Amino acid sequence: MKLELRGITKRFGALTANDHIDLTIEPGEIHCLLGENGAGKSTLMNVLYGLYKAEEGEILLDDVVQHFAGPGDAMAAGIGMVHQHFMLIPVFTVAENVMLGHEKANAAGVLDLGAAREKVREISERFGFHVDPDALVDDLPVGVQQRVEIIKALSRDAKVLVFDEPTAVLTPQETDELMTIMRQLKAAGTSIVFITHKLREVREVADRITVIRLGKVVGEASPTATNAELASLMVGRAVELTVHKDPATPGADAFVVSNLSVVDPHGQLVVNNVSFDVRAGEILAIAGVQGNGQTELTEAIMGLQQRVRGEITLDGKSIRGLSVKQVLASGIGFVPEDRKEDGLVGEFTIAENLMLDRSDGPPFVKAGTLQLNYLKEFAEQKSKEFDVRSQGITTPVGRLSGGNQQKVVLARELSRDLRLFMAAQPTRGIDVGSIEFVHKRIVATRDSGIPVIVVSTELDEVVALADRIAVMYRGTIVGIVPGDTPRDVLGLMMAGEVPDSVISPPEGAAA
Amino acid sequence: MSIQDAPVQHNHPDSLPPALETTVVKSWKAPIAFGIFSIVAILLFIAFGREGISGFRLSTDSDFVQIPTIEAPTRATGVVLTVLLVALAAYSAFLVSRNRPVRLWVTVVFAVLFLVAFLTWAAAGETIPVPGLLVGAVGLSVPLVFGALGGVISERVGVVNVAIEGQLLAGAFVSAIVASVTGQPVLGLISAMAAGVLVSFVLAAFSIKYFVDQVIVGVVLNVLVTGLTSFLYSQVLTKNTDLLNNSATIRLPRLPIPGLSEIPILGPVLFRQTIIVYILYVAVAVVFFALFKTRWGLRLRAVGEHPQAADTVGINVARTRFWNVSLAGAIAGLGGAYFTMGSVGSFNKEMTAGAGFIALAAVIFGRWDPIRATLAALLFGFASNLQSVLSIIGSPVPSEFMLMLPYLVTIFAVAGVVGRVRGPAAAGKPYIKS
Repeated sequence: MKLELRGITKRFGALTANDHIDLTIEPGEIHCLLGENGAGKSTLMNVLYGLYKAEEGEILLDDVVQHFAGPGDAMAAGIGMVHQHFMLIPVFTVAENVMLGHEKANAAGVLDLGAAREKVREISERFGFHVDPDALVDDLPVGVQQRVEIIKALSRDAKVLVFDEPTAVLTPQETDELMTIMRQLKAAGTSIVFITHKLREVREVADRITVIRLGKVVGEASPTATNAELASLMVGRAVELTVHKDPATPGADAFVVSNLSVVDPHGQLVVNNVSFDVRAGEILAIAGVQGNGQTELTEAIMGLQQRVRGEITLDGKSIRGLSVKQVLASGIGFVPEDRKEDGLVGEFTIAENLMLDRSDGPPFVKAGTLQLNYLKEFAEQKSKEFDVRSQGITTPVGRLSGGNQQKVVLARELSRDLRLFMAAQPTRGIDVGSIEFVHKRIVATRDSGIPVIVVSTELDEVVALADRIAVMYRGTIVGIVPGDTPRDVLGLMMAGEVPDSVISPPEGAAA
Repeated sequence: MSIQDAPVQHNHPDSLPPALETTVVKSWKAPIAFGIFSIVAILLFIAFGREGISGFRLSTDSDFVQIPTIEAPTRATGVVLTVLLVALAAYSAFLVSRNRPVRLWVTVVFAVLFLVAFLTWAAAGETIPVPGLLVGAVGLSVPLVFGALGGVISERVGVVNVAIEGQLLAGAFVSAIVASVTGQPVLGLISAMAAGVLVSFVLAAFSIKYFVDQVIVGVVLNVLVTGLTSFLYSQVLTKNTDLLNNSATIRLPRLPIPGLSEIPILGPVLFRQTIIVYILYVAVAVVFFALFKTRWGLRLRAVGEHPQAADTVGINVARTRFWNVSLAGAIAGLGGAYFTMGSVGSFNKEMTAGAGFIALAAVIFGRWDPIRATLAALLFGFASNLQSVLSIIGSPVPSEFMLMLPYLVTIFAVAGVVGRVRGPAAAGKPYIKS
């Protein structure tokens, strides 16, 4: 089926998310929609799917203008979508999720679960998915959940399938499998729209590439274009894709974690007997797919987890069991992975956010009173130093872009006297320009002799920053390897396998 | 750790990764609670034990099958049961110290033993009419069960229904007037449902259309209905009692079911009831089946768990929520009719007396499941009636203390036994589309 978007314009208040976008997807092609976070890709697809109403423009399927009042109409017309955040109900089984919305039932409305199971089996057999129709979605790994989303779309005979950032949650191996599935679907005649900001993936599967920037189509590219060409089209200027850093000059062991375990309320060992150390002046990257215990590990270090066993020492002193305030006071700077939820108070100004964890004494507070003049001076200086782009230091942080929000967090944490700096997903969802800045600051922090931990699910970021890499899988550290370890080896480790090339435990991985 | 002994797992698409290793989180909650109750038992049944004979009458005079009254020596029974309670508490402590879970049956057996011991102690020298105790308990439970069913449906679709109290009261008020004026009980029941739906309409409109906080709308509605019915009661109903609040036409007749009503103990309790109670049995079964086996139930639960996912498969979230909240109001309204038409026979000011909130507690205690919520409501109803039966036979416990019993049971049940449970994920959250 041929899909055509003509002059689609979507505004949210003053913001124009899509500005007269034209796009044509030919039958049986894989069309990549490339653009930065916030460029308007997802908005465009939500318009296509009937979730948003566009102010202007029209959608044509096989040259017939469509009017979608909601997703139901879009699906009936043959458009399927695999959402970035899966649209699955965790407490339902696979079959229930697949049948939802177009259930087969008898006259009294009693569900025909057998038919739904059969449908799931039939489609998973066709594509070699191996999905159990009676499994509870909550119990499935994300890679399989994604297949359930694909089955859901195919069970409604989708002719155009939209994948919205499908690889964000996958291991490299799962990503490869997804690429294979896409090619299979294409061979079966399905048109595919593949939304991503990852250049490598685009070049691998795309037949055609459309680049979107700030809500506008800025050009088309062929899959043979180089990474640098695609990146500069996407960002609008030449970008440095590599991080320049000198070899590390590690000092003594500064931060040591030994036999650390974290137990969740259900008794599961979400962090299982983890040991590592970080030396002054080096970056240890903790790699792994989201949800393999990294979040709980950083929370345990910060004193945010309750059931913690094992030992954590900073400069020889134990910090296990300390309150969050004491942990901060001992000199740990922390960039949490969800800045909107844990890093900032959205309604507070930039200045107020900059003193958020220093409200209990001088220089910001004297005799219980905020020192507003000092704060103003401090905030203005830090905004400048960290290149926070805003109307001024009294702007509420919630109004800033993701990149500028992250710079505020970074400015706050790096302006204290640090003994350890720990950043979780420091560049998640921020623009390329801010990524460059954040990476430079992290390397600068390392060079000033502070031990640094970077937790990241992005392999590119891990490889760019790390002096050593610890890979986490299902709560354990699979191995600690040098920073120049090849990607395919890291990929295998992220799936829990220990390649033969990683034979001996590297120094520093002692129990 | 070294790399050699790291687990090696192959991530093939056809094999799920193994579950995470688990360890046991020790919870001393159950042994501590059992211990406290055991101490109470030792003090009450042994140290301050009462002398005499406790009787339990199991049949009423009109029963077809007569069962003799059970008589037990008060102190001896108390001692035996207390020993059993202490043994159970010790057993649970042993289980926890060995990292084994304390199963539900231990709690149930403990609770039943404690209850029997307490009744024996309270009835020293007296006789407890067991059928009367249970009949009253069912009577007090009926509006709670209706309210809880309404609560389950409403919360499962994603709207927290704090307005159950208001829906019950509106149902009670309107059904009394309509039944009294028309003399048609059927019209009374229908109008009670309509009244509940009207209250729901306001809740639904404000919370679904205008995204007002659901709890606040619910509380305001309760106050509104209480004020309105109290005002109309004192200004209108009391001046025209014969026409508008006439118990002769309001009260429904009891309809014993032939055969079933002759079963010893259970017969009089369950099958010599008014039509509302029989509707209740059907309603519980139907709601349970429909919620988990039909298209209606699947969509309802989907909307309450993940409204956006429901939206993306073409389910109209706002409409689904609106009509199911209305349905919940109709069910709760029917429960309100039981106050006037099934039990008292006339409307009184604020006659629901917090039943709606107990029903809400039953929803949570019952983990948003129609059957469990019904059982919870029965438990609360039993606690209420136990209080009145004991004060009639002359219990040594001060009556003010006994009045707290139903609420104490509610607090213990919700806070202690339920602990962390997961309700519908999107309950209470408005679904805002851009």
